[in-house]
Amino acid sequence: MQYMLLAQLDETQWPKMTKEQQEQGTAAYFAFTEALTKAGALKASGRLRPSSDSTTVRVANGKAQVLDGPFIDSKEQLAGYFLIDVPDLDAALKWAERCPASQHGVVEVRPLWVMTPSAVAASVGD
Amino acid sequence: MENQVPDQSTQLAQNAAEAVARRSYGKLVAFLASRTHDVAAAEDALSKAFASALGTWPANGVPTNPEAWLLAVARRKFIDVKRGDRFTESATDELPIMDEIMAAAPENSEIPDERLAMMFACAHPAIDASVRAPLILQVVLGLNANTISAAFLASPAAMAKRLVRAKEKIRETRIPFRVPAREELPSRLETVLDAIYAAFSEGWTDPAGTDAARRDLAEEALYLARLVTELLPDEPEALGLLALLLHAESRRHARRSTAGDFVPLDRQDPSLWNQNMIREAEMMLRRASEFGAIGRYQLEAALQSAHVDRCRTGKPNWEAVVTLYGAHFALTGSPVAALNRSVALAEVEGPEAGLNAMNEIASDPRLAEYQPYWAARAELLARTGARDEAAGAYDLAIALERDPAVRSFLKQRKGRLHSPSHSRE
Repeated sequence: MQYMLLAQLDETQWPKMTKEQQEQGTAAYFAFTEALTKAGALKASGRLRPSSDSTTVRVANGKAQVLDGPFIDSKEQLAGYFLIDVPDLDAALKWAERCPASQHGVVEVRPLWVMTPSAVAASVGD
Repeated sequence: MENQVPDQSTQLAQNAAEAVARRSYGKLVAFLASRTHDVAAAEDALSKAFASALGTWPANGVPTNPEAWLLAVARRKFIDVKRGDRFTESATDELPIMDEIMAAAPENSEIPDERLAMMFACAHPAIDASVRAPLILQVVLGLNANTISAAFLASPAAMAKRLVRAKEKIRETRIPFRVPAREELPSRLETVLDAIYAAFSEGWTDPAGTDAARRDLAEEALYLARLVTELLPDEPEALGLLALLLHAESRRHARRSTAGDFVPLDRQDPSLWNQNMIREAEMMLRRASEFGAIGRYQLEAALQSAHVDRCRTGKPNWEAVVTLYGAHFALTGSPVAALNRSVALAEVEGPEAGLNAMNEIASDPRLAEYQPYWAARAELLARTGARDEAAGAYDLAIALERDPAVRSFLKQRKGRLHSPSHSRE
């Protein structure tokens, strides 16, 4: 069963850290990713650039509206993701707890839609 | 069929079906749900099986093993539904489950009891806290959404929707049906116990037991608490909860006078208390203490025990009560525990000491709308002679209380503030 671990962090914190602290932080994420890989649970992962590098796109009345900045203006922003495959929610929650982001921010755990034909039917409200 | 007396075979069939339902509904749902992770589908399949039983048992006789019969039929109904889905599931996903269901629990053996695993799934932290208790009541005890919604003061439609969503979440996020491992058990068990306690509290808000839905809820919660202690005999907090509920329930008939007036604990007639329940509660608490792992429910049960002891012997034990509430507050940070401690402190050191302790928690926003806080405050203010302040506090308490008997009691106490021979009662 696949789950997304979505790491949400206060972006103002990273620039305030010393170089040593940043190196430690990076090492922690590296170790976490290693552990997931060794366990055969990691499907994909990525570290997102800060939300100041975001651009939003919305199409209304056939016209594209392109704006600078993230969708939601808040202190905590999506910072990274881990796509994992584990047997059940408790296993996913255990990994979320070990993710360094849960120490300084929040990790959201959301299951992926299982794409079988009847699931597709269910998703369109059949 | 209202004017027809059912014939004997139909009546026998109905009685048998009801007996199995009472004894085994939860076990059957838990077994099916734990194998398929689909609580709603398990419930549907089982209700179809019961309907089928009521249809065929009158003619064919009640089977020797009704549980196994129902399970076999429920399995077939479950598979039929899955096969009949508009777009059939890919073979890889469903067939292993179907095989397992078919192979499990042959005719003559006992159906494994998965109720505990199901309760842990229902009380999982991922499930919305306000729906855990209703969910457990529905899936373990078979209570329908209407009964549950009436007891929890929700509209049937709103409650039904929340129950559906919770069951969907269990299925779609794959919340496991499993008794948690040793390390996690105490904290996860707490959410199960909290859910049972919530159900009991809803039932307890009808102290005279005149509202059938709520009185039954208290009984059902008591049943669940007992069940958990049977399934987890070495968990002191489970024993503590059972002791607590037994103590509370033992005094049901003493809480209201025959005229329907509110009777506070210290004025109740102990001969109206259920002695068997109290004895059982004490036994459970003793057993819990042997594990040497104190917890919130054991503390609350111990406090009940202390109150009962004081009422029966007439010997004050307020120092012990202060200590117990202090321990409760240290453990939980509950402002109610701190409040009760300050009331007990007043008994030992006088009303000023009690008020000082109360003032330490006065700024907690949770107490602003808590009737007993204002009532207790009024009491202590009255005892220090601050009658006007006391009257103000009584007014607040009265405004916050929805039970007419308690309101009436509070009004009486307020009325006595300015009586010529006002004294502490």
